[in-house]
Amino acid sequence: MTGTAAPLSSHPRARAKPVFDWLFVLAVLGVLGVFVRVALFTPSELTQGDAQKIYYIHVPAALSAYLALIAGALMSMVYLWLHDERADRLAESAGEVAFVFTSAVLITGPLWGKPIWGAWWTWDARLSLTLFLWFVTASYLVLRSAVDEPSMRARYSAVLAVLAALLIPFIHLSVYLFRTLHPMPIVLKPERPSLPAEMLTTFTLSVLAFWFFCIVLTRARYRLAVLRDEAAEDT
Amino acid sequence: MLGRAPGLWTAAWSIAQKDLAIELRTRSAFLSVAVFALLALVIFFFAWDPTAVSPLDLAPGVLWVTFTFAALLGLHRSFGAELQDRAIDALLVAPVHRASIYIGKAVANLIFVFALLLVAVPAVALFYNLPFGDAIVALGLVALLAAIGMVAIGTLFSAMAVNTRMAELLLPMLSLPFFVPIVITSAQASTRLLAGRPFAEAWPWLKILIAFDIVFAVACTVAYPYTLEE
Repeated sequence: MTGTAAPLSSHPRARAKPVFDWLFVLAVLGVLGVFVRVALFTPSELTQGDAQKIYYIHVPAALSAYLALIAGALMSMVYLWLHDERADRLAESAGEVAFVFTSAVLITGPLWGKPIWGAWWTWDARLSLTLFLWFVTASYLVLRSAVDEPSMRARYSAVLAVLAALLIPFIHLSVYLFRTLHPMPIVLKPERPSLPAEMLTTFTLSVLAFWFFCIVLTRARYRLAVLRDEAAEDT
Repeated sequence: MLGRAPGLWTAAWSIAQKDLAIELRTRSAFLSVAVFALLALVIFFFAWDPTAVSPLDLAPGVLWVTFTFAALLGLHRSFGAELQDRAIDALLVAPVHRASIYIGKAVANLIFVFALLLVAVPAVALFYNLPFGDAIVALGLVALLAAIGMVAIGTLFSAMAVNTRMAELLLPMLSLPFFVPIVITSAQASTRLLAGRPFAEAWPWLKILIAFDIVFAVACTVAYPYTLEE
């Protein structure tokens, strides 16, 4: 925008939607509600005791991280194809949200591992894979912050995200052959879930609440990116 | 070549020759990277108690860690050299397919990195007293496969990293997660070969490495033009 005489109503910040986000409040309440159900209204597991309850946070966080990572990789492909800056903003938002959830997985995992495995960390296949997912996401965010020119930033980060999507199966295969110790899936497996009905309900509610939170968080981050880009155009 | 643009491979080879000619005349990058690799090998030897851990168990890990970091130093120079006087612009306006710039750079880097291995592997054998014996051919194959994967990834990321702030830091940060499958598979394969195990025991690891090389050589060649402006 040129000149200083532009009327105030055309100023992007005047057009901006209100910052308060009802969906966000709803999502946070949903997650808190699940926490209450996990702590007070779900039976403890027989051998692991209360430590097992972290399962209702750990696994939904991992599933949310996967959701955000897949969305980020798909949006990066869309960007390379159509060069639409909305796809780039969505990839950016999903990447940041994926980083948050992957961090949550890496924090809650050791909290459970210490009492059950007797060690905070082991070089099990899934742990290694999650750690490398975290590294890749971190380097994606660092790359974004290290490029100033918007279209170059979008191109570089989209290329990195697409290559990272190709990398994951190779890391998975090589660390799996290296060694594995992690508990095998008990819900998402070919046979029926081997979880008591009460626990399965809590788990399902928790996954839904986390996914909703993940989507709302991405949406909030996307709106922030839109405002930032509008402000950048304005100056 | 009067008025006709050279083909993909001809152009790529000219670019590789140009890079190798610069390197041969200055020798600055190769000497410093080779000395860095030797230094790292020597320092690693003193980081463990050789009476507690047998050098034979230590050597493959030391070799792969050293090689990974030394290769990264060399790869950084690949597109870094084009930054001076915006030499990259001259390459980009040349009437050649843009993938040939990537392929040419990658071929030059592969020769650079393989030459580095020719220094590093005998040095490991010497310092760690390794019985190479019959495994030397198979180990050479592992080294070549690892070098192809690293160069495919590293050349592309070098092209991106030079245009960013903190380029020297960003190249390792971007590349190292991608080197994980290479390091795991080649270290596992070379451990078995050095221990005198049959080649069939190393082969499953090498199959993953070969698949990795094919996927990323193709993917990075396709991806490079996307990093450039229209």
